[in-house]
Amino acid sequence: MWSQRFHEELPERGAGPEIGDYAGLPVNDAARLRADSWDAAKWTIPERQCEPHPADYAPRGPANLRIGSTVDPISQDVVSWDVTVMWSLTHRAIYMDSRPHPSQYAQHSWQGFSTGEWDGDMLKVTTTHLKEAWVRRNGLPRSDRATVVEYWIRNEDYLTLVTIVIDPVYLTEPLVRTSDWVLDPGVQLSPFSCIPAIEIERPRGAVPHHLPGMNTFLTEYATRHGLPQSAARGGAATMYPDYVPELRREIEALR
Amino acid sequence: MRRARTRLVLALNAALAAATSVAAEDELEVLPVQGNVYMIAGAGGNTTVQIGPEAVVVVDTKTAAVADRLIAAIRKLSSKPIRHIIVTSADPDHTGGNERVSSAGTYVRLLDTFDPRGANKNASIIAHVKVLERMSGPSGTKAPTPAGAWPSDTYFTNDWALFVNDEAIELVHIPAAHTDGDTMAFFRRSDVISTGDIFTTTGYPRFDPEHGGSVTGILDGLNRILEIAIPGENQTGGTAIVPGHGRISDETEVANYRDMVTIVRDRVAALIGAGKTLEQVQAARPSSDYDGIYAGLGGPAPDEFVAAIYRDLKEAKR
Repeated sequence: MWSQRFHEELPERGAGPEIGDYAGLPVNDAARLRADSWDAAKWTIPERQCEPHPADYAPRGPANLRIGSTVDPISQDVVSWDVTVMWSLTHRAIYMDSRPHPSQYAQHSWQGFSTGEWDGDMLKVTTTHLKEAWVRRNGLPRSDRATVVEYWIRNEDYLTLVTIVIDPVYLTEPLVRTSDWVLDPGVQLSPFSCIPAIEIERPRGAVPHHLPGMNTFLTEYATRHGLPQSAARGGAATMYPDYVPELRREIEALR
Repeated sequence: MRRARTRLVLALNAALAAATSVAAEDELEVLPVQGNVYMIAGAGGNTTVQIGPEAVVVVDTKTAAVADRLIAAIRKLSSKPIRHIIVTSADPDHTGGNERVSSAGTYVRLLDTFDPRGANKNASIIAHVKVLERMSGPSGTKAPTPAGAWPSDTYFTNDWALFVNDEAIELVHIPAAHTDGDTMAFFRRSDVISTGDIFTTTGYPRFDPEHGGSVTGILDGLNRILEIAIPGENQTGGTAIVPGHGRISDETEVANYRDMVTIVRDRVAALIGAGKTLEQVQAARPSSDYDGIYAGLGGPAPDEFVAAIYRDLKEAKR
């Protein structure tokens, strides 16, 4: 059992990101348009109410972990590492028996299909067959064509997970993030059961979204924090230290 | 740093290519869906197969070129007779194997018992009557397809039903969707919906007035799927979806597709409302945030998809 530590990027992971905050992410114009069109009312639609976090985002949410293993009864080799995350009680099997990834016609899932191999003391995991999901909970998408590579690293009682999202549709560069846990044998995973319901009467097939240029919330984030709007739009350049002097110049220009 | 990341991407992509088993497009691949239902992918539209103690039910028969291989694949799943073929539309990549697969099966009707010409023991081919009209052509003209490929059992209402292999199979007709003769098959015990080309994972939807289709009908069909499908707890599992083309799916993936079609339609409608011409609408690229997912996979190109919506919405305003 592992207890989550939330110290990295807490504001985004706790209360959640602000609308229009794409800063520091290597997103492209297609991702920006998806997020600009996104409406939080989406989560009131029955098909969306119970969506769990996908494998690449689940470690960011409320994510105390149970990690176990399935062992071959004869050889005692580890067939899979089995990971359960607290939020939505998502289950992942990380197969260690060199089985191939499924075909292009196999179903995609929230947790995808994962295979692992040891790279020194790090467990390297490659995940494919993910459903479309999100890289940030304000509508920034991650496509179903993405591949996720992870490194699970244990240092005594600390566990660090490096998650690398490679998405040819919505990211121009790999998105690298880390999440952390502390060994905690006493921690419990709470029950989590979600069944959708009609919360709001809507016309059949209604899909909440903003038309291009009509989302008036998009500028609030940058305005509230005194940032130039260009910084809030994100992009690979905003990830690197080279961007800091430019950002300072733009902030000065705003004053 | 950026160069290192580029190398990382290339290395990871190479590893992925090695790890992922990608079947050649013309190879048939059999995948279990759930319950009594299987999907045979590749070489044309998807084929859905239901097996059981009585017979085999087939939904769509791919192209004529692979009919013998399709029959061989079905025979590996079951030695029971192929009794019914359900046709989701008149498209040649869904009906091309009708004649061969039907003749490899058998179905004796009450009518056949009393028919002095002798029983037609081929498997029945079930479709909406519009499919028969399109496959047989108008009276007095040369039929576009051989008579042996035509539906032998048609319906003209909004639904029909069979009960085979201890399972109810509901046939749902959606008027004017991909075509005017679309049928979706819902296997109730197995909890699988075979959608035909109303839903695919390999491109934007194809619909045109020449075949009786419309974007409104596509959305009607997608919303109908969402009304039938029930997800498992925490939106995981539940009703399985066999699309017309592409991978096995579920409610969430249909909802993603429905959302995409709805949003692009609404954007085109707004541009029409602003007085834009088709060329101006296409130049605005109202599907650009979805092109990376749905373009270039064999379906309509983005401009074609947008033009089809534009045409439908303009026509509806008249």
